[in-house]
Amino acid sequence: MEKPILLDCRNVWKIYGAHANRVHTENKGNPSADDLKSHGLIGAVRNANVQIRQGEIFVIMGLSGSGKSTLVRCMSRLIEPTSGEVLFEGKDLLTMTGKELIEIRRKKMGMVFQHFALLPHLTVLQNAAFPLEIQGVPKAERDARAREVVELVGLKGRESYYPRQLSGGQQQRVGIARSLAVEPDLWFLDEPFSALDPLIRREMQDEFLRLQNLLHKTIVFITHDFDEAIRLADRIAVMKDGEVVQIATPEELVLNPATKYVEEFTRHIPRSKVLSLGAVMTPGAPDGDTAGDLQATQRIEDCADQIESNALPFRVLDEHGTVVGSIGRQVVVDVLIGRKATS
Amino acid sequence: MNRMRQIFAQPAARFWIILFAATWLLSKYSWDLYKALDARWIIKYPAAARLPLEDKISAFMQWLVEDASLGLFSFRDLTRFIASLIEGPYDFARSLLIEGFSVGLGNEAVEIAPSLSWIAIIVTLVAMGHYARDWKLAGLMGGCFLYLAVFGQWDSAMVTLASVLIAVPIGAIGGLMLGILAYRSPLFEAIIRPVLDLMQTVPVFAYLVPILFLFGFGPVAALVATIIYAMPPMVRVTIMALRNVPSEINDVGVMIGCTKHQLMWKVLVPSASPMLMVGVNQVIMLSLNMVIIASMIGAGGLGFDVLTALRRLDIGGGIEAGVAIVVMAIALDRLSQAFATRVAADHPVDSDLNLAKRHPWTTTVLVVAIGTFLLAQVLPGIQSYPDVATLSTGTFWSDVIAYINVNYFDTFEAIKTAFLSYLLLPVKRFFTGIPWAWGIFAMTLIGWRLGGLGLSIMTGLFTAFIAASGLWDKAMVTVYLCGVSVLVASAIGIPMGILAAQNDRANRVVNSLIDTLQTLPSFVYLIPVVMLFRVGDFSAMIAVVLYALAPAVRYAAHGIRNVDPQLIEAGLVSGCTPGQLLWRIKLPMALPELLLGLNQTIMLALSMLVITALVGTRDLGQQVYIALTKADSGLGIVAGLSVAFIAIIADRILSASAKRAKQRLGLTE
Repeated sequence: MEKPILLDCRNVWKIYGAHANRVHTENKGNPSADDLKSHGLIGAVRNANVQIRQGEIFVIMGLSGSGKSTLVRCMSRLIEPTSGEVLFEGKDLLTMTGKELIEIRRKKMGMVFQHFALLPHLTVLQNAAFPLEIQGVPKAERDARAREVVELVGLKGRESYYPRQLSGGQQQRVGIARSLAVEPDLWFLDEPFSALDPLIRREMQDEFLRLQNLLHKTIVFITHDFDEAIRLADRIAVMKDGEVVQIATPEELVLNPATKYVEEFTRHIPRSKVLSLGAVMTPGAPDGDTAGDLQATQRIEDCADQIESNALPFRVLDEHGTVVGSIGRQVVVDVLIGRKATS
Repeated sequence: MNRMRQIFAQPAARFWIILFAATWLLSKYSWDLYKALDARWIIKYPAAARLPLEDKISAFMQWLVEDASLGLFSFRDLTRFIASLIEGPYDFARSLLIEGFSVGLGNEAVEIAPSLSWIAIIVTLVAMGHYARDWKLAGLMGGCFLYLAVFGQWDSAMVTLASVLIAVPIGAIGGLMLGILAYRSPLFEAIIRPVLDLMQTVPVFAYLVPILFLFGFGPVAALVATIIYAMPPMVRVTIMALRNVPSEINDVGVMIGCTKHQLMWKVLVPSASPMLMVGVNQVIMLSLNMVIIASMIGAGGLGFDVLTALRRLDIGGGIEAGVAIVVMAIALDRLSQAFATRVAADHPVDSDLNLAKRHPWTTTVLVVAIGTFLLAQVLPGIQSYPDVATLSTGTFWSDVIAYINVNYFDTFEAIKTAFLSYLLLPVKRFFTGIPWAWGIFAMTLIGWRLGGLGLSIMTGLFTAFIAASGLWDKAMVTVYLCGVSVLVASAIGIPMGILAAQNDRANRVVNSLIDTLQTLPSFVYLIPVVMLFRVGDFSAMIAVVLYALAPAVRYAAHGIRNVDPQLIEAGLVSGCTPGQLLWRIKLPMALPELLLGLNQTIMLALSMLVITALVGTRDLGQQVYIALTKADSGLGIVAGLSVAFIAIIADRILSASAKRAKQRLGLTE
């Protein structure tokens, strides 16, 4: 049932400071926060265990300094972790030779950066074709492929522009095109929309979802914006002080926060955006007349209008089409205005 | 009086006041002390205790040139090999620009191809100007080089240009390579950094001496000196430019699977290229400066013209050559800056056009070169600018100077005498009177006070080195001349900087003035000064002040401009007058920047001071100059090191005070 694991991080540590390795081994590979502090070390990533499954959008969420950027850089070995394993398709990236690593990065990984990181001396097309150029792909072939991805991100007609001639949103589209040029299996996005204005950010999120619907990549997405996380994520990992506090679907995070910290985060999130009908329905088949059928996986936000405008309740179906419960306008109104359930 | 007592009550102020008073007393009465105690060592470092460093170095250099063997080949072979590497391209550039290509030696030489015609060279430069920016720059380039032709400076200018053409690529590429190595290897950086620091502080004359010794008198030795002089800034700029590439750009390179080589040459270097071009501009300007100075060891060209004019006190000739240097410096500076900031055409050229149309400028240049070559067969004036059409301004300049000297001699003399008797001589008496032993002690004390144990050991040892080399008196003259010049430069420069920071129009005027001053090779400053004030300390001081003015202005303006605007608003809200705003808020907050500016001013002053030996100072610079004329490597290196040590001491002490000032103002993180 569950999709296979593409990237598996096991007990990954990244500790900064003098003698980080010694302190790490002296404490049997599991130093506490106090151990680190007493040696003047910084535990940027502490014992992270994360599995990323084929085809999912996995969001790593945390405030600045929580270690999310370090973790994603450990996953791609841009940063050398202090200890742990990072298994990509079952092979440990950390024990690979430089050559093997280059091969994997060239063929199977793509990354989008917060500040776009476009090469200023290359045009849009040349930037998009750059990863292929590095691999030695002939010019005609790489230009054709670059044209494809540039069109895919909606920049057709601007191939010969330079980055400085583009707006922030357009620049990030180029960054996305570049990371897609090699058709990666695993796609890292490191706060790709954080440097953009709110309106553009929203537009880019839509664009991103559109692309994912076409491409079905396996995605690791970093953000500090909880709204963005719940909008995009299949699963979210919340990080605090280098630790992964909880990994769950957005709905689970809201319904069952593992710690006070997560609860604090989820408190101001409109429930209707996160909760599915299945989570708030009255279980059991309804007795009387109903207005129609809805899926249990649907988010309340998406069908609130429909339910509220009908006096009669709706039947709620699971993925097999069996009736598992019902939902009426009262429940929807409660969720929308944030009232504790009346029942 | 009350206020004096208040100041004295502060322990920090008390330390400085007591130290100064003691130094002053000792300086004033050292002679009497020596007489009273009959202890000559008080004023004169005992000859028996002198370090025999000079002779050792001289002997070592002698051995290096004559006997040293590096296994398969001798040291001499190595220098000859380096010389031949440089000589080939240099001869080619010279043949191309001015002399023409010929086969055979001496009288039997047969010209096989002429050099480029002056018209072709000017068209090339115009083309580069237009390519790099616009028609305005193209016009400037054309104007500048046409000036050189019309005013009879063409031949010398082309010799100088040939040297620059060879020195710049070697200096820039060599600097880039060393910078990349240092960027990649922290160990290499740790090794090269102190070398770079030293290179920046050792006066240029000082390394002319060993180079003269190793490579002999001639253009190759001059080129070696030029390259060594111009390379260090490129190394620094390269390291900094590569470090400043955003880490994300580096990450991109790694993530798309670049090899180490690809990462450097396809990602990092291109991304850093705007800043690298700033380094290249510096290499060009420094090369030009050094090519002029290196005329003392045989570079020829414009520098040589200035030098001979200075020696003969030929006013007109000196000014003519000087102006030609200025014109060339401005042209090269603007051109290389334009290349540095050049942005590629927004849309690539249509590749369907034929070759000639795609490269209109290359085509034009080629056509002109070939056309003038053919035409020159019938019209020699096309090959080289006709002599009859040259204008000479030499007599004009001589007349101007003569007129000024006849009519304003008394005024100039009065200014000079006033400066000498009220500023220069008292300061000179103070510094030269300081007994060497007290000097070492006082420097150690100052180092300890400002930077703790480490700094005090360094300042003490460096000062002791100078005394032990037997150069104490000369060094004190250097300190005095440098001190006075820096004082005057700051007195002029800091108010200018403050004015520029607060007034846009003043800013524009001051900026263009400073830009021009900084473009000029240091040699040029000597000419008008000597013409008006003749040789001596006062002339030296003016030349140094002019040369060292720029950083005082720049840092002051920068410091004032960078004061937190909220602080200024807070001051305004509390009802400060503009005067109070300046004295109570802006100046105190800008203090660290002012100190850094002072530091830079001192560095420039010291490097210029050595060159002013040409106008007859009696300091360390003179020692280096003597060493140069006698090819005495030992004396040259020891005197050069002494200047470098003075510079390093000043640098460390001022940096330490700037740091303390910053901490006190809470400006550090």
